[in-house]
Amino acid sequence: MSKVKITIDEQTVEVEENSTLLEAAKKIGIDIPTLCYHPDLSLHGACRVCVVEDEKSGSLLASCATPVNEGMQINTRSMKARKARRRNVELLLANHPNDCLGCDRNGYCELQDLTYELGIQSKDVERIAGEQSEYELDTTGPALKRDPNKCILCGRCVRICEEVQGVSALQFTQRGFDSIVTTAFDLPQAEINCVNCGQCATVCPVGAITELSEIEKVWAALEDDSKHVLVQTAPSIQATLGEEFEMETGTVVTGKMVAALRRMGFDKVFSTDFGADLTILEEGSEFLKKLNGEGELPHITSCCPGWVKGAEHNFPDLLKHLSSAKSPMQMFSALSKTYYPDQTGVDPETIYTVAVMPCTAKKFEKDREEINGSDFKDTDAVLTTREFARMIKEMGINFTALPDEDFDELMGESTGAGTIFGTTGGVAEAAVRTVKEKLTGEPLERLNLGFRGINRAEVRIGDRIVKVGIANGFKNAQKLLERVRAGECDLDFIEIMACPHGCVGGGGQPRPATNEKKEKRAQGLASIDDTSKIRKSHENPQIMKLYDEFLGEPLGGESHHLLHTKYKARPKN
Amino acid sequence: MKDTIYRSHVLICTGTGCVSSGAKTIKESLEEELAANDLTNEIKIVETGCHGFCEKGPIMIVYPEGVFYCQVQSDDVAEIVEEHLLKGRTVERLLFKEPMTEEQIPSYQDIDFYKKQQRIALANCGQIDPEDINEYIALGGYEAAGKVLTEMDPQEVVDTIKDSGLRGRGGGGFPTGLKWQFAKNSEGDKKYIICNADEGDPGAFMDRSILEGDPHRIIEGMLVGAYAIGADEGYVYVRAEYPLAIKRLQKAIEDAEEYGLLGDDIFSSGFNFKLQIKKGAGAFVCGEETALMNSIEGKRGMPTPRPPYPAVKGLWGKPTNINNAETFANIPYIINEGAESFSAIGTEGSSGTKVFALTGKINNTGLVEVPMGTTIKEVIFEIGGGITEGKKFKAIQTGGPSGGCLTEDYLDLPIDYDSLLEAGAMMGSGGMVVMDEDSCMVDVARFFLNFTESESCGKCTPCREGTKRMLEILNRITSGEGKDGDIELLLELGDHIKNTALCGLGQTAPNPVLSTVRYFRDEYEAHIHDHNCPAGVCTDLVDAYVIDEEACIGCGKCAKVCPVDAISGEIKSPFTIDADVCIACGACEPECPVDAISQG
Repeated sequence: MSKVKITIDEQTVEVEENSTLLEAAKKIGIDIPTLCYHPDLSLHGACRVCVVEDEKSGSLLASCATPVNEGMQINTRSMKARKARRRNVELLLANHPNDCLGCDRNGYCELQDLTYELGIQSKDVERIAGEQSEYELDTTGPALKRDPNKCILCGRCVRICEEVQGVSALQFTQRGFDSIVTTAFDLPQAEINCVNCGQCATVCPVGAITELSEIEKVWAALEDDSKHVLVQTAPSIQATLGEEFEMETGTVVTGKMVAALRRMGFDKVFSTDFGADLTILEEGSEFLKKLNGEGELPHITSCCPGWVKGAEHNFPDLLKHLSSAKSPMQMFSALSKTYYPDQTGVDPETIYTVAVMPCTAKKFEKDREEINGSDFKDTDAVLTTREFARMIKEMGINFTALPDEDFDELMGESTGAGTIFGTTGGVAEAAVRTVKEKLTGEPLERLNLGFRGINRAEVRIGDRIVKVGIANGFKNAQKLLERVRAGECDLDFIEIMACPHGCVGGGGQPRPATNEKKEKRAQGLASIDDTSKIRKSHENPQIMKLYDEFLGEPLGGESHHLLHTKYKARPKN
Repeated sequence: MKDTIYRSHVLICTGTGCVSSGAKTIKESLEEELAANDLTNEIKIVETGCHGFCEKGPIMIVYPEGVFYCQVQSDDVAEIVEEHLLKGRTVERLLFKEPMTEEQIPSYQDIDFYKKQQRIALANCGQIDPEDINEYIALGGYEAAGKVLTEMDPQEVVDTIKDSGLRGRGGGGFPTGLKWQFAKNSEGDKKYIICNADEGDPGAFMDRSILEGDPHRIIEGMLVGAYAIGADEGYVYVRAEYPLAIKRLQKAIEDAEEYGLLGDDIFSSGFNFKLQIKKGAGAFVCGEETALMNSIEGKRGMPTPRPPYPAVKGLWGKPTNINNAETFANIPYIINEGAESFSAIGTEGSSGTKVFALTGKINNTGLVEVPMGTTIKEVIFEIGGGITEGKKFKAIQTGGPSGGCLTEDYLDLPIDYDSLLEAGAMMGSGGMVVMDEDSCMVDVARFFLNFTESESCGKCTPCREGTKRMLEILNRITSGEGKDGDIELLLELGDHIKNTALCGLGQTAPNPVLSTVRYFRDEYEAHIHDHNCPAGVCTDLVDAYVIDEEACIGCGKCAKVCPVDAISGEIKSPFTIDADVCIACGACEPECPVDAISQG
């Protein structure tokens, strides 16, 4: 590809011919403010906040959407460009509630940041103030809350839902000042085909789409002396939580995380990785059976609740391929109210189980009607990584200064295999590790299924070649599933994660979320696996104890009762 | 079957305007009368497209004499048959009367409205039966396509259009030949050509008239363009509110297919071209080419940033050329008569003719086609017959809702793309709204901005939020609540929207406001500072009428005409006007037999 030379703020830069002005500026360290732009989504060019001045013509160009042209002379700092940016942000603010204190995004808001950076004050907005849009909030959830009054119509949610997830649950409707992002026919969020993946919430620059917060519930449980409060943290959290405390992306903060949870007052701090190892044993056994001809291949994972709901809406005919094994979170929770009291003597009625998850769909999963294995509600509350971080801050805990602490015994031990559940390809790799060794006694070489949306690998297990595939991002998953549906897919084992990059890219993870960040998080997580003493789920001593003393065999009666579930077809729209 | 030779042809306009004023019943009456007089085999009725003079509709022209009857009613038909068709005497009372001279003009060609026009795009409109492909062919139709497909290579076609100087008639005025060249140069296994007939400007109806009156001309223009750029598939994007245009175009496409003028191996040249209609749902923004393509693809009609231009990445990601309907209507003429013949018409930078939709406070409203370079004065006072009721000309708004208002200082301005832009207006699709001394320019600006504000697609910030704020300020000013600094704020916001909006709709939306502030700032100031609407239009700013109690005889005539029931009282005792309710329309004043009512 040929190169193009342009000058930006009197610096010359050479870039590839299809680059945008924004990319060229970034290359030489010039920051141009943006709002509707997102590096992983199609160009929208709507907010007009990134305008720069073309010195030759004097015209203003949206730098995110304007390709470079040989000899261009761009000024990103001229009064004309700066004024225009300010005006556009002022216009947005004139139709925005500007009730920052009452907003979930206070302090984390891109519009608020821009307002500050551009030096906009109340009087600038009052000057052009007029009618403001008034819409009802959609709090029907079950995972996400929408406040159209705060929406600035940047379209990031619309684009990610359509382009990356292939769901198209949200779209623009109406025109002009009445434009709004909403569901088809304005149906409540709870009644549509939304898979609750929360990708919209990770890209929303303001407080228009957020998770339905459960922070208050958890504070109340922690304050209640009659409750025995357990917490489990999902594998990916240990590589993402640090971002909320300005740590390098991908930093592993397992020890500090455990320490923080103890200081918050949780009675026991456990790891969902333990549940992940358990899932591997149950699901691995299920896959083995299918390999031996009992049941239909390909075997498809079901640990991702976004994917499961997506399958129920779009692939009801393929539900029989899904593993009946519950997700690690739900396995853990079922045991927290059965095995845990059995071993400790704590009254199960007093147990309150909190899950810290990278995921918004987990808030939905915990409320699925068929999900509970114990006589109680297995999972009482689900906090996203973001909610968890906010609670740490509210507690006044200096996170970065915390010492490293270990998870509690009994359900805290995990293996490298359980940990890599948090990233794409991890579940497949962990399952195959166990299956191969169980069948042949040979260890598995690294599969490295990587970050690509759809990928595959072949593993020799004894005299048989097992074909393993992954898909992450629901749109990619749909492509692969269409092939399964058409009988064109030769895979034996398919791992599906609704979110791009798997759980490290989950809808409950820290903002801003870009592919670049997600890859670093995945690398952080993989580093835990690399340095783990135990890397295979079936060697986790606490898991061995659990089977010996409580469950019996994988897929046995007690396992089936507590650790397996079923699915139902849902309407396509 | 042997063709009948008729001694006379009676053309009845069945364009949308004349149909609305009763053309269909006139045709039925005429059929009955002809049958009753046993003239069915002697006189042929031809339903034509629009003659452009819709204000005088329903229009009937009797050939071979070419007598032009206007505002014909069903009841007149018997007389026309009896007097004209049987006895050969013109029915004078139905002739057109020149508004300035009161002279009755029998012949179509001698009416000022038509005399000063030069019709290329509209050449056949009103002359032929648009539903009969043979009539189009009889007047030289499809000769240009034949010539192009069998004698010219695509580059020659592009060069001819380039040499003609034809510029896009949809408003932007981009050189058509150059646009074709870009699309031709684009590499692609598949290309599309699109006709933009999503005519959205209020009051503009040239695209509709061409589609209704001469649909084959559009098909032929597109066929030539498709051959030039290498497209084998085309769309005509026409708004669903134009059912007659759609019906006639659909018939034309089917007839052309039957004649082998569309489809495979046209004129045995090996060239294939398939054409279909896409009905738009009536969003103004879908006239913008990227929004139009999104709409064809089934997406929300919303513009996307350019580049990439459609010539590189257009419909379904393929190279695409989009021209306006009127642009295509000029193509057959250029091919048949040659580029030089076309470029000899008009001005240096804007060759050919332009169709304008003339409306407002003008005697002859309708559709006119004049050479570029015709002055505004010629259009208004010669073709248009001057201002209604002999009032004073105040301003002309050109270019539709995104255009600008020009004052009497510009009456001698020769109309072309560049001169209008320079004066702060634009060609647009060719809307012309004439305003007289009774028009309030602030209200006019508010009217147009109200249109663009509600037609904004809502995608980009400046257009969505900015036009809303400007409209609020204008509403404030016209209701007497204008503030110091409002004019400056309007200019600032207007400038900002022009400079930063995503598409042409937003970039031009502030024009009516900016141009009226430029030329009529004193009117804005009068509204804001003196709480006065000089033209007496903005009701909140006009003094209510009052009744002189001593003079009032209590007849109650005033109360009967008041449209807002502001006047009350007992018969034979003095009536009163509620100043808060009165809208100062003035209807009561002339009703009073004793001149007891005046504006307070």
